[in-house]
Amino acid sequence: MTRLTRLLVFALGGGVVAVAFILAASGMPHFGTTHHLYRDLSVPASVQHHTANVVSAVNFDQRAVDTLGEESILIASVIGAAALLRPSEDETERLVPEQGRTLEATRLVGYVMLPVTLVLGIDVVAHGGTTPGGGFQGGVVLATGLHLLYVGGSYSALDRLRPVTSFEIADGAGAAAFALLGLLGLVSTGAFLGNFLPYGVLGQILSTGTVQVLSGIVGVEVVGGMVVLLSSFFEQELAVRPRDDD
Amino acid sequence: MHVYAYLVSGYLILAGSYGIVRSRHLVHAVVCLSVAQAGTYVLLISIGYQHGGATAPVFGSTTKPNTHAVDPVVQAMTLTDIVVSATVSALLLALAIQINKRQGTADPDELATLRG
Amino acid sequence: MTVLIAIALTVVALAGTAVVVAEPPERQAVSLSVFGTALVVLFVILQAPDVALSELGVGTAIIPLMVMLTIRTMRKDRDERERNAGQEEE
Repeated sequence: MTRLTRLLVFALGGGVVAVAFILAASGMPHFGTTHHLYRDLSVPASVQHHTANVVSAVNFDQRAVDTLGEESILIASVIGAAALLRPSEDETERLVPEQGRTLEATRLVGYVMLPVTLVLGIDVVAHGGTTPGGGFQGGVVLATGLHLLYVGGSYSALDRLRPVTSFEIADGAGAAAFALLGLLGLVSTGAFLGNFLPYGVLGQILSTGTVQVLSGIVGVEVVGGMVVLLSSFFEQELAVRPRDDD
Repeated sequence: MHVYAYLVSGYLILAGSYGIVRSRHLVHAVVCLSVAQAGTYVLLISIGYQHGGATAPVFGSTTKPNTHAVDPVVQAMTLTDIVVSATVSALLLALAIQINKRQGTADPDELATLRG
Repeated sequence: MTVLIAIALTVVALAGTAVVVAEPPERQAVSLSVFGTALVVLFVILQAPDVALSELGVGTAIIPLMVMLTIRTMRKDRDERERNAGQEEE
């Protein structure tokens, strides 16, 4: 199919989609409507389970099965990308030579922000049930913060402080622990991923039952997944080279 | 302009799809897919918004629990979607790297058909 | 519909157009970061702090980093290929 044919087919399909979308949008409730049925049902349910962050309650308590599916997609994609990027039979890994110079200012900012970002990431994961945050966001912050070591230093520094095997184990262990906690919930409350730990006072860090624990587990898994992913990309670009035929 | 937010999201989805159709580089196609996904995030969040001083669905000492908040269910859907789409884009980029290595080109029009 | 929301939506639409129109993939990595930041501002204005946190980490840091690493790897592989082809001709 030539480029012109593809463009014409897209114009036809896109035109139909645009018209249908405009018709649908004009039939929807206005932007900013006060009629939100799900909100009226989920906010009281979350307050009943003493969870201050209603979004975390929806993710890890009310619709935790969806989160189990999402994190399975995550670990599957990480496995797929890592498998695609590992060195093939005619390639080998070399030691990455020290190359280039980083600006002193970049190095300073990197080394100062590294512990700050790591602590912030752990805080975001730990307070997932009470403030905006949670496992997904905190895991991304932690993974990105770890790579400040590459920005401020060199790749070999990052390589030394980032044992990829540990992060792979963390990724798999997180996914397994989520399902395990769900089975524990099934055993104690009769519902898979039911909230079976004791509740506390609304707004305190240990008040939310299993939401806190699941959020921490997902945080561990997201950190492991993202670091493994980025390490595969780094290795492919810096270390993998065609094997010299002897 | 009660539907402007929905129209912007529809525009983003169509612009991303247009970018994929007209793309000459596999990485460009993956980035345009990212834009189309962002269109769906805007649509979801706009559906949940409420005028008139509705707060974020996070309660604390300053915001006592009440139902004058925006919809938390669509926010929960969107935030897991964002993180998962990052890993799926990574998978697509890994595919693009391998295609470039085996076929020598990253132009979708020049890629040879699948060989057995 | 407040003016602030309308402006934020327009900025997001313009940034999205810039990402799609920028043809060389190297330029898209930076415009993708800008697009991610515009999305973060929009999400904060629409009272969605959790979503904004997610998008901040993913859209402004991780995805542009992976795009740039992919482009560099492709360029390196292409140079390797050309160098091997040159050596075979000699």
